[in-house]
Amino acid sequence: MNGVHDMGGMEGLGPLDIEPDEPVFHAPWEARVLALTLAVGAWGRWNIDASRHARERIPGPDYLAMTYYEKWLAGLTRLIEESGLVAGDEVRAPRLTAADVPAALARGGPASRDVAGPGRFEVGDKVRARNLNPPGHTRLPRYARGHVGLIERDHGVHVLPDSNAHFLGEAPERLYGVRFTAAELWGEGAAGRDSVHLDLWDSYLDPA
Amino acid sequence: MALRVKALESLLVEKGLVDPAALDAIIETYEVKVGPRNGARVVAKAWTDPAYRARLLEDATAAIAELGLGGRQGEHMVAVENTPAVHNLVVCTLCSCYPWSVLGLPPTWYKSSPYRSRAVIDPRGVLAEFGLELGKEVEIRVWDSTAEVRYLVIPERPAGTEGLSEDQLASLVSRDSMIGTARL
Repeated sequence: MNGVHDMGGMEGLGPLDIEPDEPVFHAPWEARVLALTLAVGAWGRWNIDASRHARERIPGPDYLAMTYYEKWLAGLTRLIEESGLVAGDEVRAPRLTAADVPAALARGGPASRDVAGPGRFEVGDKVRARNLNPPGHTRLPRYARGHVGLIERDHGVHVLPDSNAHFLGEAPERLYGVRFTAAELWGEGAAGRDSVHLDLWDSYLDPA
Repeated sequence: MALRVKALESLLVEKGLVDPAALDAIIETYEVKVGPRNGARVVAKAWTDPAYRARLLEDATAAIAELGLGGRQGEHMVAVENTPAVHNLVVCTLCSCYPWSVLGLPPTWYKSSPYRSRAVIDPRGVLAEFGLELGKEVEIRVWDSTAEVRYLVIPERPAGTEGLSEDQLASLVSRDSMIGTARL
């Protein structure tokens, strides 16, 4: 979706606010929101792509006004509601106990999938990012669409967020590191050799 | 906000969906155990051990795992190296993806709209706000974390540090130098 979250290349959103010696959390509730998001996530009722999409669906004006953990709370609340996790009278046993936490965080959730078969592109290939404007979740930023870049790296096969966020399956595809020159993205005024590198899935790209 | 969060937590605990002790353990992990000191160890080792540096640039996930580091938001790592001619800068324009396993949780500015919007179109202007002015002869590579791949910048080793131990070197490595908004 072409939401305000897709903000790469915009200007006028203000100066940077750099806080020296910033604490990890600015209030205890922020820490609880982070921990709740991870702990409830352990139920597996949604995935990381659905979590991101829940935050993207916050109305644009609110999204821009909210802090990071306010967005996390809004996203978590929405996911809990949509999943029906708290509906009914059932009392369950937590999926993640304190003893499980170190191993769960050390394990993480790899997005790579051991799927055979090459993608359409190889390192060194010239590609054009497709002009896709899906109504749902995507990880192809607007600023790259329609532009030509060079495949620089093959990351292997990864879960496709566009499908996974909507619970339509993982639909794994080959993922590439693609280099775009700053001049290609931003015009001739951009500094000579500067570049922007994005990780893009096979179906985001056409040969160029 | 605190009350809303408390209410949500109470509901989830009452339903048996979360264990408050697990919440405490998660918070302690990111307040105490997982932070930029992890990344600094990786950088210091890369500075002192050429074979490790080569492995880090070839397969960062495996090389970082050699130090017992990895896991959530560091499952797929790539290390990019600064040189006198090349400067790397990491951003996530679409949300706030960040290499938690080596840098901990991201600072507020990294998650803010001004940084996310401008880092790709005006990296030199963004770096200037951090007090870092790079000449035109330095090539800037911006890494937009659009997938589950996370980027760690290997800053240049400061001059005059030849006699220092790996631990001493690690203490010189700042969080921002590993994001690319500072040089050492």
